[in-house]
Amino acid sequence: MTIPFYVAPEQLVRDKAEFARKGIARGRSLVAMDYADGVLMIAENPSTALRKISEMYDRIAFAGVGRYNEFETLRKAGIRQADLMGYLYSRDDVTAMGLATAFSQTLGMIFTRDPKPFEVEILITELSPDGGHRLFRISYDGTLYDERQFVAIGGKAERLTEALESLWRPDMTVQEAFAAGEEAFRQAEGRESEGWELAALDANLGRRAFRRIDPAELSTN
Amino acid sequence: MKGRPFGPLPIDAPVPGSSFTDLLESFGLTPKLSIPEGTAVPMVPEGTTVLATRYADGVVMAGDRRATEGHLVAHRRIRKVFPADRTSGIAIAGVAGLAIDMVRLFQVELEHYEKIEGVALSLEGKASFLARLVRNQLPLAFQGLAVVPLFAGYDQIARTGRVFSYDVVGGRYEETDFASTGSGSRLAKSYLRTAYEPDMTADQAAELAVRALVAASQEDTATGGPDLLRGILPNVVRIDASGFEEMDDDVILPIAQNAVETIR
Repeated sequence: MTIPFYVAPEQLVRDKAEFARKGIARGRSLVAMDYADGVLMIAENPSTALRKISEMYDRIAFAGVGRYNEFETLRKAGIRQADLMGYLYSRDDVTAMGLATAFSQTLGMIFTRDPKPFEVEILITELSPDGGHRLFRISYDGTLYDERQFVAIGGKAERLTEALESLWRPDMTVQEAFAAGEEAFRQAEGRESEGWELAALDANLGRRAFRRIDPAELSTN
Repeated sequence: MKGRPFGPLPIDAPVPGSSFTDLLESFGLTPKLSIPEGTAVPMVPEGTTVLATRYADGVVMAGDRRATEGHLVAHRRIRKVFPADRTSGIAIAGVAGLAIDMVRLFQVELEHYEKIEGVALSLEGKASFLARLVRNQLPLAFQGLAVVPLFAGYDQIARTGRVFSYDVVGGRYEETDFASTGSGSRLAKSYLRTAYEPDMTADQAAELAVRALVAASQEDTATGGPDLLRGILPNVVRIDASGFEEMDDDVILPIAQNAVETIR
C-alpha cells in the first residue's frame, strides 16, 4: 500500500490558484459597462459560433472567459437554475444576486473539492429599473465581487480596468461605449482586436432585454 | 436530485439537456397527474372556444373570454390565447387550470431551449413538443379532465403562417386553412368554412375570427360573445414575419359591434 505524500493545504490552494490563473491568462478578455440604455458587453472573440456572452433571464446576462467547455457548463447550469426559479415562483424572483451567489458557491465547491479547478472567470450583469445596473464578477475560486459602472474579466482584466477608469463616462451612447471599450482593449493588449462579440441588455426591449449587436453596425469609420 | 433546495447550480442535467420539462421531471417537480380510481371528478372551470386562421402574411388566433363550470359562468374575462414565444402563439380549450399551466410550461420550454441551444426550435419542433405535453395529460383526459390546445405561428423556414390542431391523446394535425377547438368549435368551424378566403389581410382575418366566435356564441351557451356592456371583447392576436402581436381593443371593438349587430 502506498501512502500519499502530505501536502500542506496552503500549498495546495496556492498551486490550484496559480494553475487556474495561468489558464485564464491564456484566453482573451471581456469588459462590461453601463451605457445610456443599459449594459454593454464587449468580448474579444474571433469566433462567430462559440459565444462568450449569452442571455440568462429576462434582464440578466452571462459572460465567461477562460476554458470554453467549463464556462459553457456553468452557463447552461445557470439558465436551468433561473428558469426553474422563475417557473416555480415568479419571473420577478429571479435575480442576478441569487444567481451570482449560486455561481460563487458552485465555483467555490469545485475549487476545493475537485483535483482540477475551473479555469474560468464569470460575469453576471443585470438591468435594474433605477439605472444602477448590477455587475457581479465571480473568479475561479468562487470569490464574488460586486462592481459598479464597468468591469473586466480575463487575463488582462487589471489593465482593462485601469484603462476604463479614464475612458468610461456616464450615459454614453452604444457607439461611444463600444469606442471606449475598443480603446481600452488597444491600451491593454497593445495590438488590434481579432474580432468582437457584442451584446447588450437594453432597457428599451421590453421583457427580454438581451440582444446581440453586429459590430459592423457600430463601427465609427 | 429529488426535491432539491436552491443551492449550488444544477450542473447535471437529463440527456439531451435542452428540455425544461425533462429537467422538472428529473427533480420530481412535475405535478402528479392522476385521480384515484372510483372517485368523482370534481367540477372545474373549463375554457371554451378558440380558433386560428391563416391569412396572406401569417396567422390570426382568437378566443372568447368565458370559462364555464357545468351550466354556470365561472369567469367572464379569462384569457385563452397566449404568446408561446416571439413568433408563435398557443390557444387553449378544456380544463382551464391545467391548460393555463400547460401554456406556462410550454412558454418556459421554448425560451429555455432557445437560451441553452442559442437558436430557437423550428415551428414544427415546437408543435411536436406541444403534442408531448398534451399526451402527458392522457390519464386525466380519460377521467374527463381534458386539455386541447391550438398552436399557430410564423414558420421562418417556409416563410408562411402555419396552424396545428390537436386531439386529447396528443395527436397533432396540420391544418391548411383554419382550425378551432372547444365546445363551440364545430359552429365556429362551419362559419369559417363558408366565409374563409385565402390571401385575406390581417384585418379581414381578424374580422372573420371575431364573426366566427360570435356565430358560435349564438348556438353554444358555453361560448361567450362580445360583452359590449361590460367592455369584454375576444382576444385576437396576429403573428407574421415581424412576430406575435396582440390586436388592440380599439381595433376589435368596431368589428365586434358590427358582428353582433348583423348576426341573425
